[in-house]
Amino acid sequence: MSVLATVRPDSWNFPLFLHVLGAMILVGGLVTGASALAFARGEARLLRLGYWSLLAVSLPGWVIMRIGAQWIYSKEHWDDVPEKVRPGWLDIGVLIADAGGLILLVSLIAGGVGVYRLREGKGSGFLKVTLVLSLVLLAAYLVAAWAMAGKPD
Amino acid sequence: MTFDDWVLALHVLSAFAYSAGVVLFWVLVVAVRRTDTPERTIRMEPVVKIGNAAVGIGAGGTIVLGIWLAFSVGGYDIWDGWIVAAIVLWVIAAAIGRRTGVAYMEGMNKAQELRTAGQTGSSAELLALNRTSRGVLLHFLSSVVVLLILIDMIWKPGA
Repeated sequence: MSVLATVRPDSWNFPLFLHVLGAMILVGGLVTGASALAFARGEARLLRLGYWSLLAVSLPGWVIMRIGAQWIYSKEHWDDVPEKVRPGWLDIGVLIADAGGLILLVSLIAGGVGVYRLREGKGSGFLKVTLVLSLVLLAAYLVAAWAMAGKPD
Repeated sequence: MTFDDWVLALHVLSAFAYSAGVVLFWVLVVAVRRTDTPERTIRMEPVVKIGNAAVGIGAGGTIVLGIWLAFSVGGYDIWDGWIVAAIVLWVIAAAIGRRTGVAYMEGMNKAQELRTAGQTGSSAELLALNRTSRGVLLHFLSSVVVLLILIDMIWKPGA
């Protein structure tokens, strides 16, 4: 309970704001992208909208989230804490943020190929891969947000 | 994790759902600006429903769980300035959000009307409704208010 009511130093607020804002933009882009891709049913315009949501919203969101994360990480001096005693929620957050960034990149590459093939009049198989990866990412980032907020032992 | 830790986690997840809805509607605001046919407008409807669900679940979750936390967590009270500010901002965001929805539904309703009448081609009237500047302004204002709630939650002025 005391952890819930802890007031952090003022100098931590802006990095935390940046981290949370970036994460919200990232998740918003994933929800939009996944929705548009899922409901497109082969329609090129919605498929492109889904892909561009991931590229123009989620990717910048991830960058802002990661910059904020690293900033608050150094402000809280987690580098000075031995790995063995670092809390689990922190490891969950770092792992999901970084692995998620990689998966986001793969989904964008697959989506880019998919959009190119769409222009050539070919199928939208690659964009289905992007849809599946964006749903996986969405689930993973919701777990990360839960871990960051609830701070399980 | 204590019960309050779970409530806090769900409160934050609700905030994520709310902000995801706001972001989704920004993408749609941009997308419908070039949408001038009933079919293309109506194709957006399932995505709009996801946005509505995200905003609804998010707004409900943040206020209910937030008020629970204000009463339950030691050190905070419901009459603390930053909590009162958050509740007032939430009410303002909800009111503006509802008006934004009404502004954009005019385009969707027109699209349904045109389709029922058998008009499938471009419509200047539909495009004008989809490009509602009032809707853009309202969505901008509600986004600013949601951003202010986030700032209030992080800085907790007066706490």
